[in-house]
Amino acid sequence: MNRMQQSVESTQAIAESDAIAVERTLAGDRDAYRVLVERHSHNVFRLAYRMTGNRHDAEEVVQEAFLRGYQKLGQFAARSNFGTWVYRIAANYAIDRMRQRQKEEARREAPRAEDRDGMENDPLNRVPDGAPTPERLTQSIELRKQMEQALAALSDAERTAFVMRHWEGCGIEEIAGVLKSSSNATKNTVFRAVQKLRRALQPVVETRAQARAMGTES
Amino acid sequence: MKHMTEEELIAYREEVAEQRTAISGHLAVCEECRGELERIEAVLAALDTLPVPDPGANYGRQVWREIAPRLPEKPGRWWQVWMEPRRLTAAGVIVALIVAAFVAGRITKRGNAGDNIANKEQVRERVLVVAVGEHLGHSERMLVELSNAEPSDPAQKQVNISAEQRRAEDLLQENRLYRQTALEEGDAGLASVLDELERVLLDVAHSPEVVTPAQLEAIQKKIAGRGILFKVRVVNKELQQRQEAREPAPAQNDSTKRARNKV
Repeated sequence: MNRMQQSVESTQAIAESDAIAVERTLAGDRDAYRVLVERHSHNVFRLAYRMTGNRHDAEEVVQEAFLRGYQKLGQFAARSNFGTWVYRIAANYAIDRMRQRQKEEARREAPRAEDRDGMENDPLNRVPDGAPTPERLTQSIELRKQMEQALAALSDAERTAFVMRHWEGCGIEEIAGVLKSSSNATKNTVFRAVQKLRRALQPVVETRAQARAMGTES
Repeated sequence: MKHMTEEELIAYREEVAEQRTAISGHLAVCEECRGELERIEAVLAALDTLPVPDPGANYGRQVWREIAPRLPEKPGRWWQVWMEPRRLTAAGVIVALIVAAFVAGRITKRGNAGDNIANKEQVRERVLVVAVGEHLGHSERMLVELSNAEPSDPAQKQVNISAEQRRAEDLLQENRLYRQTALEEGDAGLASVLDELERVLLDVAHSPEVVTPAQLEAIQKKIAGRGILFKVRVVNKELQQRQEAREPAPAQNDSTKRARNKV
């Protein structure tokens, strides 16, 4: 059996097992919902972190998504994939959270982009101990900062579309559902997001590539 | 040769292009478009290096521990959505505001329309100020207790902070509600302090129930390092002052006016 077949079968097995857990939860077995929460929390966290850009908000999104999922579980019964469904709830809530955050930040004096995630996400902490040179370290930090700024400069819809399509591999219809938009408009949103990211990042990416080619970066 | 547009290349790269075969065919023979696609891919590849923090192997369990106490007995009938404690609290606040605004309206009904609106706003804000003040007081007490906690016996290897942890979990829910309300009210300063308080509450709620003295010290340092106790006290004081400043001046009601007229 090849790896792709195994992967498809394991996805089907999870979906079937999810469906059973949903049925049991609806029948009043709360522990069955625990299985769903424990199984899907990591994936939802990854989506939430990429959308909100910080751990604090991502954790809130994850909790809220599962709470709302439980409350709306009766509406889910006819659907087939719990993972996709709770993902969608999380994406919707993340959009609300991003909007709230933007309002908060617009009112604050100091920009928060640089201290978004405290020490745990300090670029210095993420560089392996054996990082080759101080220049490379500086460039990596600078590039990361610029990438975060470029992502933060996208509109909510653009960021959602990009995260869901590029990083999470969601289908256009699914993203369109979250954005409450048509498929064509969603495709355009993905395009606009990539285009804006490219405008912001291509110069710095090319400079880095040139430096590497010339051997000024180890 | 007609080249591919940037939109077509991005759609191709993100696998949302309708004419994939035609674009593939073109790319096979057009060096310029291949170069353009490579430049797009280089940017996307750089973005792929952005890390996502690992929430830890026990994250699923942790999420369950956070939400389990907040789940209703049974899931999802439509009317149960409205019976959720958070919504009931919000509904309670709204009802209280409406009643308070109505009463205020009755008391000040002889004023002009502008005055009535201003009074309703004041009453609404006063209710928020009182509720948030109380919440900040509870949070401050919990944080003070946690900051002063220490092992009863120096030889004790573990300290139980489960009580503070549970209180932090409860306060977290209230805090979110008040932060959102403060934002809606346009009170950015209050929303900002509530946001910082939320992070501290989240840290405490996520701590283990039983900690070593070293872990306890780390939690206490975190609380002290963020200066949250000071901020909470300052905001609470400001709220009290705001409330006092808005208290209506004495001897301005109808009966005193009547009494004054008699003289």
